[in-house]
Amino acid sequence: MKSLGSIRRSFAPWADPTAVPFIAVKNVTKKFGDFVAVDNLSLNIYPREFFALLGASGCGKSTLLRMLAGFEQPTSGEIVLDGQSLAGIPPYRRPVNMMFQSYALFPHMTVENNIAFGLKQDGMPKPQIAERVDQMLKLVKLDKFAKRKPHQLSGGQRQRVALARSLAKRPKVLLLDEPLGALDKKLREETQFELMDLQQQLGLTFVVVTHDQEEAMTMADRIAVMAHGKVIQVATPPEIYEAPNSRFVADFIGDVNIFDGTVSSAGPGTVEIATQTGFTVRVASSDAPAVGAKIGLAIRPEKIRVSRDEPACAPLNAAQGEIWDIGYLGDMTIFHVRLKDGKVIKASSLNAVRAVEDPLGYDQQVWISFDENAGVVLKD
Amino acid sequence: MVKWSRFNIASIVFGFAFLYLPIVLLVIFSFNESKLVTVWAGFSTKWYVQLLHNQALLDAAWVTVRVGLISATVATVLGTLAALAMTRYTRFRGRMLFSGMIYAPLVMPEVITGLSMLLLFVAIGLDRGFWTLTLAHITFTMCFVAVVVQSRLLSFDRSIEEAAMDLGATPVATFLQVTLPVIAPAVFSGWVLAFTLSLDDLVISNFTSGPGATTLPMKIYSQVRLGVTPEINAVCTILIGIVAMGVLIASVVSRRREIQRVRDEQAAFAL
Repeated sequence: MKSLGSIRRSFAPWADPTAVPFIAVKNVTKKFGDFVAVDNLSLNIYPREFFALLGASGCGKSTLLRMLAGFEQPTSGEIVLDGQSLAGIPPYRRPVNMMFQSYALFPHMTVENNIAFGLKQDGMPKPQIAERVDQMLKLVKLDKFAKRKPHQLSGGQRQRVALARSLAKRPKVLLLDEPLGALDKKLREETQFELMDLQQQLGLTFVVVTHDQEEAMTMADRIAVMAHGKVIQVATPPEIYEAPNSRFVADFIGDVNIFDGTVSSAGPGTVEIATQTGFTVRVASSDAPAVGAKIGLAIRPEKIRVSRDEPACAPLNAAQGEIWDIGYLGDMTIFHVRLKDGKVIKASSLNAVRAVEDPLGYDQQVWISFDENAGVVLKD
Repeated sequence: MVKWSRFNIASIVFGFAFLYLPIVLLVIFSFNESKLVTVWAGFSTKWYVQLLHNQALLDAAWVTVRVGLISATVATVLGTLAALAMTRYTRFRGRMLFSGMIYAPLVMPEVITGLSMLLLFVAIGLDRGFWTLTLAHITFTMCFVAVVVQSRLLSFDRSIEEAAMDLGATPVATFLQVTLPVIAPAVFSGWVLAFTLSLDDLVISNFTSGPGATTLPMKIYSQVRLGVTPEINAVCTILIGIVAMGVLIASVVSRRREIQRVRDEQAAFAL
């Protein structure tokens, strides 16, 4: 795992202006009647990238994936794969394979015939097929199940067969439609890491569609957050989380507190905001918005401190309130703090110390505070 | 367990008697020694033996079987294609009209179907005989196959076809290697249904056949008009036996496969 991490850290072709994208989605629109499923969308995906399309159901992510696979044709725009336009190329001639959400295993075939199916279509000689099937079965640790039919397998095993089948042809790109959606939580977490290892090992480009942000954050090199057929933000998981470009992304990924306010003064590198809640905030912001502009400030719960005593920074970046709710999760505790104007703020604190004397309790008067670089200015 | 009341027993006995008494009588009298159909004179199998020497009846049986095999096979191909078209292309203008038209022959009086085909054959100058008979049987059995196959296709998960194409199978290869094997039980029961329908058809056959192409039901019917002989009873008994066997085998096979398929599919797609 450690080596994986170091490879990952240095992997950032999207930051390199000379890098050639492996998949280029250019101004693609897909309409079903009057409904616009994908709206003038452009994306670049680089070789060996683990790319996630994240969004709620109906945001167009699956339609985009189906266009990559060739099951749907764009109404306008173009998709280029490895320098070749995919327009008009049917699914069975594309160098991509897909793992289906329902797995779509062939019910009348054994596991090995399911995996061999794609190879047989290519007319690969029999000994080679047998060899490759063997290899794939070992890869997904199903060598003992070769002669079974899909109905004789558990959900997790079926997922592996589907994965092996879609990898058997060594596609340039593997498309995964909610690959872990049907697995239970524990298995899902294990499989996430297995998928990442596999992707590194085989050096393939993965495009995964998911509605589960945790899944996307764990596995992907970059995430495209989608809504209403558009890409709202494409960035690495830390960027998406720490520097969302919009209210939608900030709200969609993880928990967030958003303070609305007006810019009261803008200095070099910092802005001061008079929040509607009634306290003044000073935050670091590289591109300072104009004084008087209405903006939002997004702060993640774990970046808000809760204390009994007045923090040193007060009255800046601090406000008084009372503890409204406490959620104890074991590894951390979530406080809901009700400010004077009635706004409820979420703050979480890590339970790093085992036995805290006199912990914070319900209805106590407390201060919340945060650092200057804790919040993100949202201009929309 | 529900208690059997007298009323229940009575209604079952009465109902089954109503259905099967005529057939039982026919079977019993086929083993009658006497030439008189309604007078029992002891057990004998001589009518069955005599049957083997009745060339006209044997010829008719042979015609019936050939017509049945050819028409059921062609009807199965056409009916399956029609069912595929109706379930796959769901969004074209006049689809309701088309699907209605496929089902119409199911409820159309046979006299009308037969008459209209007779008129068609006369109009295009086709000599009536074996082939017109076969064509007519294809026409009226096709819609039954279409209905059976269509009901199967409605519950068919199309993502397995997409998976096949994604893995490089052309649409034809996908159909032959994935779709057809999965819907095969329904196609098979369609064929059996078409075959049995063709086997016992009388009305349409009467309109559309010609000299030299007399089917067994036609032969029996014409002989009965001259008086029922125990020989006819024997033929009918054999026919009943064959049909009963066919239905039994088909239902057992398709039921088994259906159970297997449901289990396979539920398991394969269970989330």
